[in-house]
Amino acid sequence: MMRSKLVFLNLILLVSFSCSNEGVGYEPVPAALEIPLIFSDNIIPPVIPNDNPQTVEGIALGKRLFFDPLLSGNETISCATCHSPQNGFSDNTPTSDGAQGVFGTRNSMPLFNLAWNYDERFAWDGKELSLERQALEPVQNPIEMHSNWDDVVTKLNQHPDYPELFLRAFNSDNITKELAVKAIAQFERTLISANSKFDRFLLGQEALTPEEENGLNVFMDEARGDCFHCHGSPNNPLWTDNIFHNNGLDNEITDLGLGAVTGDPSDNGKFKSPSLRNLAYTAPYMHDGRFSTLDEVINHYSEGLKSSPTIDPLMKSLDQGGVQLTPQDKADLKAFLLSLSDPSFINNPEFQN
Amino acid sequence: MKKKIYLQNKTVKNYINKRLFTLLAFSILFIVACTSDSENIQNTDVTVLTTFNFTHDWDGALVTNSDFNNFQFTNQNGETISIERLRYLISDITFTNTDGETIELDTHNLVDLTNGNGLNFSPETKISTGNYTNVSFTFGFDNEDNSENYIDLNSASFNVPDMLGGGYHYMQFDGKYLSSTNNEEGNFNYHAIRAADNPGPNPTFPQDTFFTVDLGPINITSDTNIEIKMNIAEWFKNPNQWDLNVLNTVLMPNSAAQIMMFQNGQSVFSLGTVSQ
Ligand code: HEC
Ligand code: HEC
Repeated sequence: MMRSKLVFLNLILLVSFSCSNEGVGYEPVPAALEIPLIFSDNIIPPVIPNDNPQTVEGIALGKRLFFDPLLSGNETISCATCHSPQNGFSDNTPTSDGAQGVFGTRNSMPLFNLAWNYDERFAWDGKELSLERQALEPVQNPIEMHSNWDDVVTKLNQHPDYPELFLRAFNSDNITKELAVKAIAQFERTLISANSKFDRFLLGQEALTPEEENGLNVFMDEARGDCFHCHGSPNNPLWTDNIFHNNGLDNEITDLGLGAVTGDPSDNGKFKSPSLRNLAYTAPYMHDGRFSTLDEVINHYSEGLKSSPTIDPLMKSLDQGGVQLTPQDKADLKAFLLSLSDPSFINNPEFQN
Repeated sequence: MKKKIYLQNKTVKNYINKRLFTLLAFSILFIVACTSDSENIQNTDVTVLTTFNFTHDWDGALVTNSDFNNFQFTNQNGETISIERLRYLISDITFTNTDGETIELDTHNLVDLTNGNGLNFSPETKISTGNYTNVSFTFGFDNEDNSENYIDLNSASFNVPDMLGGGYHYMQFDGKYLSSTNNEEGNFNYHAIRAADNPGPNPTFPQDTFFTVDLGPINITSDTNIEIKMNIAEWFKNPNQWDLNVLNTVLMPNSAAQIMMFQNGQSVFSLGTVSQ
């Protein structure tokens, strides 16, 4: 079956090459992102590079690669090992276990709504400048997949299915790492989460509990949570500003974060504000996974802030460690945060292996 | 049979000839009309591009984002401050001509000195050359514009919570200050919005806090660059000498502070160089 399809495809390609002037030939099928209403109504369109349009075949190949341990040196882990659908495409350990059993220093990041990261600075410290370029990194990172692209490309070439899948996705029988990461990025861009209880509330389809409602008010109140200046709002349903801040985790900065990338000491200790969607599945929290529960996170903002030279000026009442939320406000804030989680996202069959 | 065909051909020919004639006549008409039209445009209605360049200073000393994150400015009240974030909204650029007519560009621009975005803004609409008795803009949004939904500003997280009336920040100015009395460090969030009281489902609005900035007369002869200067120090100066020890954070729900920002804002902007 596969074989005959391959032959057929080759034939089509042959025909299209021999009479390229006629313009007949195989083209992968365009697959525009389905942009949720809540996004198109409120925020600017997603970023899709001109040289990597979304196609049905590209996305399918990307998905296969994302879940394939072939990309790791000893073929034990895939991207999905650290970015598992059930964990909102993150994992459940503070830092992540690589192919060699070595843990890194950073918490795996959840993956969704990535095409709406307008500045295209990825990773906690912004060191990766596009999704395509980001996908090159884990494969050759010794404490992640501990492989190298030459080996991976060789394995892909020798594989019974991949040559045909690349041909379909990119009209090319030359498998390269550039095409592999293009496909992965296409798949990643389809990971869209916009169907939480709170989204349905915004669409007028569901009501909030009084607790969730008060939690939203805590979130939006400059005198209490004041979370909205960094983590979005009902008008910015990404629930992140995708900008780098020091949110007062430490007095002594050990991981320089953005500062190590820009070389500017005033960026030391700054990390990307994560989206607050899907927190129900993405524990533990922060760039080093230091907090295992949302209660710990909320206590941090309420009374655990630690001062350092680069702490964001939005972090208030530093001398008391924060604004001291009442137990009721803390509980309600948590209830509201959990209303941003989207079970239909983690269970979406399109995103499962 | 043959004749019939011939006849048909003849009718077709006639038809074509007639058509050709009308076409030609119309074309000539158009050409004549068009030339006189374009002459008109050249004589009285040349439109040019305007670009607004936003520059910032502290009592005359230029401020760029390379001056951020440093305790290097002293305000009127004696506090040393470090600027960490400064972005603000301008809208409704308006040209008033000598006949008193106004051309209002229904547009807005978010100036973000932090990352250098929006520092040079060219409205899409071109402006007729001529003498203008005033060029002005709105700091922030008037109430009507403020009630609309802007995807660019939402994406920039510039919103104001609904409990304070919704809409957008006029300015987000964040930083740190060293107290002039004990040198202790504190944060400030000098955020200008539409002043609101009774935060909640039905806030009330004591007075408008957006304002019009008049740049004065500008003669526009060709594509023009208009520099708009913001003296940041003025936000702390007059008529209210701003005391950061008292007014530092949580100023959005503080309508009295908002009205003071509105008052101090009047002398913040001025016209810089106009080049064309
Ligand atoms: C060993 C665990 C591990 C594996 C395997 C892994 N990642 Fe990651 N991923 C991480 C960690 C940890 C981070 C955060 C890195 C940092 O900030 O330094 C991350 C960050 C990312 C980000 C940035 C997300 C954002 O919002 O900025 C993307 C995208 C990503 N990974 C995709 C992938 C892809 C694609 C693969 C497979 C090719 C992969 N990852 C394999 C652990 C892993
Ligand atoms: C100054 C900007 C800023 C403000 C204000 C802010 N945060 Fe954060 N938040 C961040 C940054 C930056 C991180 C990541 C920090 C790190 O890991 O080093 C973060 C991380 C988090 C996380 C962890 C998410 C994850 O996936 O690991 C949660 C939850 C969170 N914030 C909730 C809140 C809540 C609730 C508030 C209001 C009480 C708030 N934040 C206010 C910037 C901010």
